[in-house]
Amino acid sequence: MTAGNAEPAEGSGHTYNFAYLDEQTKRSIRRIILKAIAVPGYQVPFGGREMPLPYGWGTGGIQITASVLTKADVLKVIDQGADDTTNAVSIRQFFARVAGVETTEKTSQATIVQTRHRIPDTPLKPGQIMVLQVPIPEPMRRLEPRETETRKMHALSEYGLIHVKLYEDIAHWGHIATTYAYPVMVNGRYVMTPSPIPKWDNPKLHQSEATFIFCAGREKRIYALPPFTDVRSLDFEDHPFRLQAFTQTCALCGSGQSYLDEIILDDEGKRLYVCSDTDFCAQRVAAGHVGSDPDALAATKDAVA
Amino acid sequence: MIELEPPLLTIQSLSKLYGRNVACSNVSFDLWAGEVICIVGESGSGKTTLLNCMNGTLTPSSGRMLYRTRHTGMVDVATMGDAHKRLLMRTDWGIVHQNPRDGLRMGVSAGANVGERLMAVGARHYGDIRSQAMDWLNRVEIEVDRIDDLPGVFSGGMQQRLQIARNLVTKPRLVFMDEPTGGLDVSVQARLLDLLRALVQELQLAAIIVTHDLAVARVLADRLFVMKGGDIVDNGLTYQVLDDPQHPYTQLLVSSILQV
Amino acid sequence: MAVMRVRNLSKSFTLHEQGGVVLSVLNNVSLDIMAGECVVLRGASGCGKSTLLRSMYANYKPQSGSIEVCHQGLWVDILSAAPRIVLEVRRRTLGYVSQFLRVIPRVSSLDVVAEPLRNIGIDAPSARARAAAMLQRLNVPERLWSLAPATFSGGEQQRVNIARGFISQSPILLLDEPTASLDTENRAAVIALIGEAMARGTAIVGIFHDEDVRRCLGTRQFDVAQARLT
Repeated sequence: MTAGNAEPAEGSGHTYNFAYLDEQTKRSIRRIILKAIAVPGYQVPFGGREMPLPYGWGTGGIQITASVLTKADVLKVIDQGADDTTNAVSIRQFFARVAGVETTEKTSQATIVQTRHRIPDTPLKPGQIMVLQVPIPEPMRRLEPRETETRKMHALSEYGLIHVKLYEDIAHWGHIATTYAYPVMVNGRYVMTPSPIPKWDNPKLHQSEATFIFCAGREKRIYALPPFTDVRSLDFEDHPFRLQAFTQTCALCGSGQSYLDEIILDDEGKRLYVCSDTDFCAQRVAAGHVGSDPDALAATKDAVA
Repeated sequence: MIELEPPLLTIQSLSKLYGRNVACSNVSFDLWAGEVICIVGESGSGKTTLLNCMNGTLTPSSGRMLYRTRHTGMVDVATMGDAHKRLLMRTDWGIVHQNPRDGLRMGVSAGANVGERLMAVGARHYGDIRSQAMDWLNRVEIEVDRIDDLPGVFSGGMQQRLQIARNLVTKPRLVFMDEPTGGLDVSVQARLLDLLRALVQELQLAAIIVTHDLAVARVLADRLFVMKGGDIVDNGLTYQVLDDPQHPYTQLLVSSILQV
Repeated sequence: MAVMRVRNLSKSFTLHEQGGVVLSVLNNVSLDIMAGECVVLRGASGCGKSTLLRSMYANYKPQSGSIEVCHQGLWVDILSAAPRIVLEVRRRTLGYVSQFLRVIPRVSSLDVVAEPLRNIGIDAPSARARAAAMLQRLNVPERLWSLAPATFSGGEQQRVNIARGFISQSPILLLDEPTASLDTENRAAVIALIGEAMARGTAIVGIFHDEDVRRCLGTRQFDVAQARLT
């Protein structure tokens, strides 16, 4: 995070400031980020700016990325685990144009990863920054609509209410059925929503070597996890936090340890399970791993074409 | 006679003004553990304002309120920290609203409504929470197999009983109730009154109940306060106030009861 | 030995609903009640018998005077004592049988009768057992015990009421026409009950319209209108 990239992005031909936002805005957001890192899990309000795309498309994440980006950074953007979906491609191209930074699809090469739904399956490294786009930053919002009340609850560590949601899950489904945006306790102090990542990814937050910065553009809140923070998924003594077990392996790379997407292939209900993290899958295929049906997606792509 | 224990709650010169309008003026009394006080009076007499000043919903304009906490003795509620006060309100106190929708979480099941207070004080064992919720549904005469239903599908009387269970699950010592039988039809009222009466006796609850229904006071209250224009104009043992009313307004109130 | 001392009691009613008319009912009444005696309150209708009796239970609020009750060895003025002390005196020392039972919906007769015992800390099974014996004694049919008394006949309700009044064996009992709606047989049962209580040392103050009952039980008669013993 070095300040002072005040000249326009190289090769852009336009007069945008580096990474689109003006320097004063970036400085103010960086100050908020520092506060968020100093108080892990605490939602810090910030003066969110209008971005050239609608709320819900990643305005929060883009402001963080714009504020922490330097010329030396290598940016990766993923949406639903994939690098090649519309949003991921658009945001990557956006920063390539307004900041002229190098982009990549490889988790291991990226210094900043902006993401919405996933944390990469490739283990993160020290120095990497994960930027998460958050729709609703308040984990208790569905049960307590008053912001004044939820703020007070955070201030006083009154977290009985968040367990009411988990209780309801067990009462109705026999187990904690929340599978995404699964609430966590950060550093034994603040309850936080890790945004809509699958609970599969929750353990990756605990004692991670990378830095996580979460930002809600519409709600204008930033919160963060510095490296090596304790992050515990909430549960009951007699219903402990558990990850779902996939009975399938990835059809393309044969992985049994990654988060899988289910793809419906035809009207007869034929389906296929593949890694949600496209980079992780591609790395494994390149390393010679083979799944049960390595050409399955090639066939569907042809059909669509 | 020797006083063995101090009162549970002491109200000293409590007043609440809305601008220049006096909603309740200079109210003082003591409430002992296990004692039930009913406050009666017409609409606008200040009874609900008084209740809300005591239960923390409103801040009184002047006066003091001392409460004997379980561990630290008599404490001035106004000087209590937010954390302490909120803990008190969800453990040692209960607040039963006239409209159960104000006191229940309508978006979660009956069981979760009862269990919430337990979870709020740190219960983290699902099985225990659920069995306590079942026990309480049973005590307030709601069939246990309704535990996973939303309160919205309950009748008004059931919702009110659920609200009572939700409040009593942490075994409070003091409960504030605002017209607990208001808006219920007569047979449902009678059932709720009986239930309240039994629970108050069994749990040795102290309660301050605001009502405009003298029958509620007769069945539940040890003592009766009659309010008019922000003042307590009559107070004493319930039967004494009802059988030998002193103040003109109390006499009017008592003589206005319809005889069936 | 005196167990209750009424001193200089005056009671009037101000009827604000009727133009502030003041009715003076009791004027400077004094009376001592001894253990084991039965004082019958006498006088014409409207002379203040019920007013005196209700004042003695602190249900009425006299303008002046005192009513002291010997409660567990201490004298307590129930007119000036704090309400919860009056309640404690009623629980342990001072019983009252009103003319009509104030019915509580849904509570069974057995529990209505057992309640005074529950209030002084006796466990439910023993309290119920004693209540059953008392109802038996007063010829209340067993099939009624589990029912709420609301639908009972006047006589049945009155016997439930008497059972409730006598069960905790209070040292002082105030009775407001307890035998009014009873037939001969049941009246005899009640008279026997009162007699036994007196033999135990219970002080009784009562209003009895029935001359037989008065003769049978009364050790002294107090003329309320003239405020003197006769």
